[in-house]
Amino acid sequence: MANAFWCVVEDDRKGYPKKVTAEVLAEARRLSGGTAEAVWLTDSAQPEGLMRLAEWGATKIWLVEHAGLAPYRGEVWAPVLATLVAAQAPKAILGAVTSRQRELLARLAARLGVGFAADTVALAMDGDTLVATRPVYAGKLLSKVTWAKPPWVATLRPNVFKPAEPVAGREPVVERPAVTVPDAMLKLVERREEVSTGLPELSEAELVVSGGRGMKGPEHFVILEHLASVIGAAVGASRAAVDAGWRPHRFQIGQTGRTISPKLYLGFGISGAIQHLAGMRTSKIIVAVNKDPEAPIFKVADYGIVGDLFEVVPALTEEFKKLLAK
Amino acid sequence: MKILVPIKQVPDTATQVRVAADARAIESAGITWIISPYDEFAVEEALRIKEKRGQGEVVAVSLGPDRVKEALRSCLAMGADRAIHVNDPAFADADTLTTARALAAVIKQEAPQLAIFGRQAIDDDMGALPAQVAELLGWPSLYWIMEEAIAADGASIRAGRQVEGGLEVFEAPLPCVLAAQKGLNEPRYPTLKGIMGAKKKEIKDLKAADLGIAPEPPQLSVARLESLPPRPPGRVIGGDVHEAVRELVRALREEAKAI
Repeated sequence: MANAFWCVVEDDRKGYPKKVTAEVLAEARRLSGGTAEAVWLTDSAQPEGLMRLAEWGATKIWLVEHAGLAPYRGEVWAPVLATLVAAQAPKAILGAVTSRQRELLARLAARLGVGFAADTVALAMDGDTLVATRPVYAGKLLSKVTWAKPPWVATLRPNVFKPAEPVAGREPVVERPAVTVPDAMLKLVERREEVSTGLPELSEAELVVSGGRGMKGPEHFVILEHLASVIGAAVGASRAAVDAGWRPHRFQIGQTGRTISPKLYLGFGISGAIQHLAGMRTSKIIVAVNKDPEAPIFKVADYGIVGDLFEVVPALTEEFKKLLAK
Repeated sequence: MKILVPIKQVPDTATQVRVAADARAIESAGITWIISPYDEFAVEEALRIKEKRGQGEVVAVSLGPDRVKEALRSCLAMGADRAIHVNDPAFADADTLTTARALAAVIKQEAPQLAIFGRQAIDDDMGALPAQVAELLGWPSLYWIMEEAIAADGASIRAGRQVEGGLEVFEAPLPCVLAAQKGLNEPRYPTLKGIMGAKKKEIKDLKAADLGIAPEPPQLSVARLESLPPRPPGRVIGGDVHEAVRELVRALREEAKAI
């Protein structure tokens, strides 16, 4: 349908769409006035996965299921997606900021010769055209961008947009277009899984606990991990803690690390340098615990405690335990 | 092996940025300019590849006004062999796609085996350029790489890209585009000898016509640049630790509904 808003499905590599896709679908539905179509490139889609997309509001699912689509490779996926776009002429192609889609949608836009807005935090229709809002300059400014022509291609920052409420009983309408899947140039040699901490992935987590220089050493992060396990949070770190070698780089929040936008961010012993704020200032609720009452993080915090994190963290862990036991 | 490293000059993170009068760009007066940090990882990796292989050429490239020469000079001081400056007012309004087309044209002329980018520039944080250049050239690309090793015969590369929950190591034929993530290496500081030597190295100026392209109107435009709306003032919770923590948890549950 020529006025459809497309949502590129992000899946768990096991045949099920991830929650972030519910966010993108809800936004596509809202902006299009109801015609939100999912486009899913995968080697194998589970029937329950298709059901989930329908429940989240996908009015149609364009499914390309092909062994050559796993693992994700940009030079394979972009032409497949571009072929579908050429045939169906959607108005917008929206995805999520994930390791695959940040590259895929940039490639797609170049292939189509249209504009691409990455990492948007708000989308709105202005008459007949889409306006996207993106944080720039370390999140110090917001840039409102517009496209010269459709399709409008954009990625959405996870956890910022309200996910679709599933409506049971919606039947998936699945189209399986015949598309040639080109040969890959990249060959997967190995996949090294991180040792599972049992905690959520940082960029997808709704709750994040984070430690900075005030943690005083790598051995103390265990108290944050304990707190995180009680509330089901991911554990992050500031650049100071990462550069000191206390945490691996993949846990770094900030300008040269991950950008996150959780429902609740709890920062301990973090001063709140601009480059750290760049990675977390769109969090919905920010809590800061720091010994220094002048620490800049208190300027963005909704709640602050000026005090010793080594006293606050255990007390907070106990208090959360009591609350969640109720 | 010839390696091309596109870099961008950006305002230092600590610099105050102010919205210009037209509300579409920032006020350029008083800004301290630096090489985007991810691009330094890219320069460093290119230099390491050249050193490891014992031969090769590292070419830094940038698009922008005259001030960009300073950033290119810093790359030369780090050890890059020469630089290309796409310096043409016709690119003043360039969006990511226009920039990608210009860089793809430079790459076609230079024919390197590898183009190493930073994963994103820290001014507009778009992160799209490496993918778009690769797409325009028909090259494979590997995003957010944490490690790489080139085959002894120089025909292929293995690189590990950071993905959710792990690292995926791919083998790619050359030529190929890489986008450097932090953690790939620790960029060197230019030595005094490097800084002196950089003055003698070539920075070639190119115009759009030299690349055989005519910049098109941007596909994505900034309609308005705004300061961040201030967050509502927060509350510092006082009292002894246990009282403060109890009050915090109550507020998170009842006021913020965050837990």
